[in-house]
Amino acid sequence: MFLLASPTTSHSIPTKTLIQDLSLSFSLSPHYSSLRPKSLDFKKKMKQLSTKVTSNGHGQDSSYFLGWEEYEKNPYDEIKNPNGMIQMGLAENQLCFDLIESWLAKNPDAASLKRNGQSIFRELALFQDYHGMPEFKKAMAEFMEEIRGNRVTFDPKKIVLAAGSTSANETLMFCLAEPGDAFLLPTPYYPGFDRDLKWRTGAEIVPIHCSSSNGFQITESALQQAYQQAQKLDLKVKGVLVTNPSNPLGTALTRRELNLLVDFITSKNIHLISDEIYSGTMFGFEQFISVMDVLKDKKLENTDVSKRVHVVYSLSKDLGLPGFRVGAIYSNDEMIVSAATKMSSFGLVSSQTQYLLSALLSDKKFTSQYLEENQKRLKSRQKRLVSGLESAGITCLRSNAGLFCWVDMRHLLDTNTFEAELDLWKKIVYNVKLNISPGSSCHCTEPGWFRVCFANMSEDTLDLALKRLKTFVESTDCGRMISRSSHERLKSLRKKTVSNWVFRVSWSDRVPDER
Amino acid sequence: MGLLSRKATCNTHGQDSSYFLGWEEYEKNPYDEIKNPDGIIQMGLAENQLSFDLIESWLDKNPEAANFKREGQSIFRELALFQDYHGLPSFKNAMADFMSENRGNRVSFDPKKLVLTAGATSANETLMFCLANHGDAFLLPTPYYPGFDRDLKWRTGVEIVPIQCTSANGFRITKSALEEAYELAQKLNLKVKGVLITNPSNPLGTTSTRTELNHLVDFVTRKNIHLISDEIYSGTVFTSPGFISVMEVLKEKKLEHTDVFKRVHIVYSLSKDLGLPGFRVGVIYSNDDIVVAAATKMSSFGLISSQTQYLLSALLSDKNFTKNYLKENQIRLKNRHKKLLAGLEAAGIDCLKSNAGLFCWVDMRHLLRSNTFEAEIELWKKIVYEVKLNISPGSSCHCNEPGWFRVCFANMSEQTLKVALNRLKMFVDGQSSTTRSQSEHQRLKSLRKMKVSNWVFRLSFQDREPEER
Repeated sequence: MFLLASPTTSHSIPTKTLIQDLSLSFSLSPHYSSLRPKSLDFKKKMKQLSTKVTSNGHGQDSSYFLGWEEYEKNPYDEIKNPNGMIQMGLAENQLCFDLIESWLAKNPDAASLKRNGQSIFRELALFQDYHGMPEFKKAMAEFMEEIRGNRVTFDPKKIVLAAGSTSANETLMFCLAEPGDAFLLPTPYYPGFDRDLKWRTGAEIVPIHCSSSNGFQITESALQQAYQQAQKLDLKVKGVLVTNPSNPLGTALTRRELNLLVDFITSKNIHLISDEIYSGTMFGFEQFISVMDVLKDKKLENTDVSKRVHVVYSLSKDLGLPGFRVGAIYSNDEMIVSAATKMSSFGLVSSQTQYLLSALLSDKKFTSQYLEENQKRLKSRQKRLVSGLESAGITCLRSNAGLFCWVDMRHLLDTNTFEAELDLWKKIVYNVKLNISPGSSCHCTEPGWFRVCFANMSEDTLDLALKRLKTFVESTDCGRMISRSSHERLKSLRKKTVSNWVFRVSWSDRVPDER
Repeated sequence: MGLLSRKATCNTHGQDSSYFLGWEEYEKNPYDEIKNPDGIIQMGLAENQLSFDLIESWLDKNPEAANFKREGQSIFRELALFQDYHGLPSFKNAMADFMSENRGNRVSFDPKKLVLTAGATSANETLMFCLANHGDAFLLPTPYYPGFDRDLKWRTGVEIVPIQCTSANGFRITKSALEEAYELAQKLNLKVKGVLITNPSNPLGTTSTRTELNHLVDFVTRKNIHLISDEIYSGTVFTSPGFISVMEVLKEKKLEHTDVFKRVHIVYSLSKDLGLPGFRVGVIYSNDDIVVAAATKMSSFGLISSQTQYLLSALLSDKNFTKNYLKENQIRLKNRHKKLLAGLEAAGIDCLKSNAGLFCWVDMRHLLRSNTFEAEIELWKKIVYEVKLNISPGSSCHCNEPGWFRVCFANMSEQTLKVALNRLKMFVDGQSSTTRSQSEHQRLKSLRKMKVSNWVFRLSFQDREPEER
């Protein structure tokens, strides 16, 4: 059978950074999409490769990449290219490198492959045990505990190291789902999941639709609807996967949502994966509530359901180290720990890196100072973005975590459609020269939302980006009208402490808010 | 059980075999020259510990590479953020050059056709995902590296069909063996997507001959399938005949602009040549840009730490270092190999004549109670428990003849190797009569004088089939 696929000839894929956030795959399963007449030779060749290669389940063929390509062609530089494109589509944390650099300067052994002045190069060069370096797992477990205010404990023996959470998530899919099984994910979600969870595993994602009407929170009816949808599609649901704090929303799940989730997976007898990669970026007044907190509070610690709850973590966001490829799976199910450990052979963490980071994270003075300072800086940076947006008449979902804001630009759309969203996005990329992420790439069901990152550039660059945006908004008809009046309205609305609600700036009919 | 996938609950990862007994025993009772001189000596680990001093001295002279500095400036942030799955360009350039150097610069490698992965384990699995669908098959010559059962099959659903090789001709791949394997796959209703060889071979320690490589290229051309050449041991070739890469053969046969050229893929790693398995550095090299593109995206699931990429790009970019290292590494491997050989000979044990690798393929058929795999496992258990040496039984490598064992020689000190060989000799002397071992020793010495390359010297005290060439 011939497989017709869009040729994956070399894109000018950005060389600077990994395309974590960029896949735009609307397909439910990783099979062939666009049909175009192809030469016989090409068809013959396609037969020789796997369907994984010839389909585009990696999700990276979308027009979404336009933004990335444009950025690469014309990257902003304060001095060399002040009119270039500002990258606001990359969820990186560049705010606290100085803290790590200063630690490295004071602790040269860690990077120099030494322990107490003695070279341990040989030991590290040979260390390929998939159980991971014990000191490193211990340090990771303690760091994860510290992030959760030491309210829960993590047993290093239940940690499986992986080359980034990309690897951790895929591995969990391999462990929990057969090809064709489904996981339910609340929308909007991180675009990379389409590749990470589905591509090579054959698993399917069925969305749990969340909407702005209640601040995109997960509701019981949304969960049930998603489950039924899966059944209608004849897909066996193996679990739910949430990102907490959420990407792209920047909000931490509420206790109510977590309870809902735990009850749901208990009643359906399925798994819950909580990707807590942003747990250390929580800067709001609220405390981060992990699903592990909820299991403890509900006294479910040694029950069946606790064995079906798995946490994924990584140092890519909290510590800003995506290049070092450090991820972890935490599970109370020893069969999963055992299987995932063996699977980690396909993506072990470099022993050189394990050693460096075990030294760093074992320094409790460092970790406590880092977490505190990181939160402070993130908070102040987020505030800066929010007020800059406000002065352009743009609001965002009230957030308390993450490296980005979920921005409401619905009032700037020509029509309430995804085509209009993409039109607006192209304007922002080409005219305003800001690379931001359109909500459709995150499978958002409502057009007009965009994810805008704030922690991957300098303060000055952020200010410039906001200025450009303001200029753009004011140049549009509705923008001029709205920015003045809504600025006032926003100020008064803010005084009512309404958490996680969306402030609507509507000049068109909208569905009234529900809670 | 319904809650976990079949992959998690099955044992296709292959790690439940009794083979692990040896490992467990070693862990319980590891040899230490001073603290535990009666412990088990590890000879089942294909590690290269012979040339660390060369790397350590380079590190001493070049502290920036490990300290995130370039020309005195910190590049920590740049590295911390670098997660581009295209890999660090300076590292890919250095790898391509190093691979070329390993092949005497007879072929060149384009860094743009390189895909970096977390070790050859990841590279091999990724290639399977790219080239085969669930249920398809790859043909592998036996004996082969036990890890392939997990790496190639476990999560991919791909099958392995063996190309049977025997001691009759030094375990060389023959045309008929290739055809038989292909037919077997068809009988099993499996679609053959390609052949995978390890060159130099693990566990044989031999390099593929030009004849074999030509057979393979012709075969994959005729059948319109792929050829993966895992050349992870390419830098461990310590004596003649030299290393011939499949890339050289393609060049010689002027196949560079043909279809088959795009179906030949190479896997490489720094785990054996440089002795750095902990750093997780593997590579796929392919002339097919679709495979390169797909494998590059798949490498997201196993990228190499940027910290490590930077260190090694500095190391491998130093041509003085690489030249000296490759040469010295070969000399040391050759010496160590000689010592193992001599020690085995003194115990009346022979092995397949080899010119590469970190191990020997040792013939202990004469020590078997019967020509069966049960007898092989029995012998193996004796060697683990009584002789206290952890060596690898041929059955774990899917060898179809009982009695062969892989014995590593580069993962311990010279002194430890001596101890191991002494123990072995004492064991053998205890097994058979003293006279037999002495006469065998003589026979071996005279046989050696006849330059019969890659033939197995049979030490038979039972009926055997006559050797064929």
